[in-house]
Amino acid sequence: MKKNEIIEIKSLVKKFPIGGDFFTALNDINLIVEKGEFSGLVGPSGSGKTTLLNIIGGLDSPTSGEVSVLNNLINETSQEDRALIRRKHMGFIFQNYNLLPVYSVYENVELPLILNKIDKNKRKEMVVNAVESVGLIDKLDSKPNQLSGGQCQRTAIARAIVHKPSIVLADEPTANLDSENSFHIMEIMKQLNKDFETSFIFSTHDEKIMSYLKRIIFLEDGQVSEDKKIIN
Amino acid sequence: MINFLYKGLMRDRSRSFFPLIIITLIVAIIIFFSGFLNGIYNSLFFNTALVNSGHLKVVTHAYNLEHQLLPNDLALLDSDTLLDELNSKYSDYTWTPRITFAGLLDVPDENGETLTQSPVFGLGIDFLSINSTQLKIWDLSKKITKGKIFANKNQVLLSEKLAKRLDVAPGNTVTFIGSTMDGAFSTYNFLVSGIFNLNLGPIDKNMMIVDIKGAEFALDMDNAASEILGYENGLYFDDKETVEMRNVYNIQYSDTTDAYRPFMLALRDSNQMSTIVDFSNVIMFIIMSLFLVVVTLVLWNMGIMNGLRRYGEIGMRLAIGETKGHVFKSMIIESLMVGFLGSAFGTIVGISITSYLQKVGIDYSKAIDSLNSSNFAMPNVFYPQVTVELFYIGFIPGILATVFGTMLAGRAIYSREMAQLFKELEA
Repeated sequence: MKKNEIIEIKSLVKKFPIGGDFFTALNDINLIVEKGEFSGLVGPSGSGKTTLLNIIGGLDSPTSGEVSVLNNLINETSQEDRALIRRKHMGFIFQNYNLLPVYSVYENVELPLILNKIDKNKRKEMVVNAVESVGLIDKLDSKPNQLSGGQCQRTAIARAIVHKPSIVLADEPTANLDSENSFHIMEIMKQLNKDFETSFIFSTHDEKIMSYLKRIIFLEDGQVSEDKKIIN
Repeated sequence: MINFLYKGLMRDRSRSFFPLIIITLIVAIIIFFSGFLNGIYNSLFFNTALVNSGHLKVVTHAYNLEHQLLPNDLALLDSDTLLDELNSKYSDYTWTPRITFAGLLDVPDENGETLTQSPVFGLGIDFLSINSTQLKIWDLSKKITKGKIFANKNQVLLSEKLAKRLDVAPGNTVTFIGSTMDGAFSTYNFLVSGIFNLNLGPIDKNMMIVDIKGAEFALDMDNAASEILGYENGLYFDDKETVEMRNVYNIQYSDTTDAYRPFMLALRDSNQMSTIVDFSNVIMFIIMSLFLVVVTLVLWNMGIMNGLRRYGEIGMRLAIGETKGHVFKSMIIESLMVGFLGSAFGTIVGISITSYLQKVGIDYSKAIDSLNSSNFAMPNVFYPQVTVELFYIGFIPGILATVFGTMLAGRAIYSREMAQLFKELEA
C-alpha cells in the first residue's frame, strides 16, 4: 500500500448463499481509495454498492480477494480488531439515521467517544465542535423525535465525524431527505472533507449527490463498470 | 459506558419500567400461587391432624401395634413428664395430651331407665387448662350449633348426628358406659353442654368430646394419656420435617424392647395417610411445575421480544465499533438487572400478600355451604402459607427466563453475518 492509499481492494469477490445456490454480489473488484477522497459508489439497486461498503467497513467478509483498510487486511483481521478499526478510524452514516431515540443529540454524538474511552472534558469539547460543525448547537439537548429528518441526519454526521475518523462510509445518506436538506447535508460533508481531509465514500443512486463527488465508481451487476475522477 | 447504558435503560420505559412491572407482577403471582398451594396442601391434612394424628403423635410402642382397638390399658403413663420433655425438646411444636376412648352412651328417662343408647367414640382433649391452645386450634365456638362449650370436666359436647340419634339436647344428662384403663367397668354421667358439627362427613357421626380431665376421671387415667399430639406452632404441616423428627426421636429407643417405650408417629404414619401425602406432594409438584413453566415461557418470550426490538440499536453500536461480545454482555447485564429488581419487588409484593392472607385467611364458606351435605371434608377458610421457598422461588423464572430470553435474542449477534444482521436492523 502506498503512503496516501487508505483502501486497497484486489480481485474482490463476494457471494451470498441463496437456497442451494450462490448469488454473486461482487465480482472481481479492484480499487484504490486515497486519503481525502470524496467518492461515491453509484449504481442501481442490487449492483453491490452496500455490500462493498459493508466489506470496506468490516461488517462483512469477502468470499475471495484482498481488502486492505488502513494497512489492515480485512480478510485476516479478527472481529474484535475490525471493531477496533471502526471505532478508531471509521464513521458510519445510514439512510435511516439510526440515532438512539432515548438519548439527546449530545449523547448520540458522544457515544463513539465513550467507546474510545476519551475523558469527559475532552469529550464535551469534541461533541460541541462536531455538533457545531453541522449547525445543530442549539439542539444539543433535543431528542431525535424532536428533530426533522435533515436535523437527524446532521446529528448522524456529527456522530460519524466526532472522533475524527480517517474514513466515513455513508450508505444512501440523502435517500430520506428532500432536495434542500440533501443540499445542506452534502455541503456539510464537503466542508468536513476539506477541513479534516476525511475520506468520504458514499453509496448512492441520487443524482444530486453525484454532482458533489470528486470520484464516481459506477457498479453494475457487482462489477466496476466505470471509475471516473471529476476534476473541478 | 455503564453510565451511558444505565441512562438509556432508565429512560426507555419499554426496556426498564414495563418489563419490571411485568416481572414484578408475574413473580408476585408465582409467590402467592405457591403460598396458596401450600395453604391448600396444609388444609388437606389439617382435619386429619386435628382429629386423629396431630402433625406428630407419641404413643407407647404397644399402643401403636393395637391402636385400632383404642387400647387404653397400653396408654402412656406419667404423661406430664413426657409432655414437659417434648415441649422443651421440640419447642416449634405444641404438645397436648389426648385420651381416645369408645363405649356406649346411654340416655336415661326420668326414672333412670335407658331411653336410648348408642355406641360412642370419645375424645378427651385438653381444652380447659390455662395454657392450652386446643380451643384456638379446634375453633370449637364456630362449630357449636346448639348450646355452648363445656365449662368443667363433667360436661360433654355431642356431635349433631349423635345427638339427633339419641334425641338429646343441651341440658340433658347422658351416661358413658365403658371400661377404665385397668379394664374395670366404668359409668360416668355427663351434662350435655352443646352440640357440634365438624363438617367432616362421617368422622363425627358417633363423636363426643370432653375435657381431658373428665376423660381421666371417667376412665381412671390420672396423669395418663392415650397419645400426646404435636402441632407445629404455625399449624403448618411439613411432611419432611415430621418424618425426620419421628426418625430421630424413635432411634433413641431403638435399643430397648420395652413395650411401653414412647413411640413417635408422623402424620403420614396414620392409616393410609402416606399414600395420600405422597400423592398430594406429587400433585402439588406437578401443578407448581406447570405453572412455573408457563410463567417462564411468558418471561422468556418477553426477554426475546425485548432483544429483537433492539436490533436497530445493536447494529448501530456494532457499526460504530462496539464488539459483539460487549454488546451481548451489556444486554445480559441489563436483563439481569431488570430481572433481579423485578424478582425482588415481586417477591416483596407476593410475600406481603401471602403473609396478610395467612393471617386473615380466604373464606370460602359461601362456596363450601353447598358442599356441607357431602362427605367431602374441607375447611371453610384457606390460609396461604409463607414458607422459605417463597423467598427464592420467584427468582428462578424472574431472572433466569428473562436472561435466557435475552440470550436467545442476542444469539443473532453471533449467528448472523454482521452485515446481514445490519441489513435487518435497518429494515
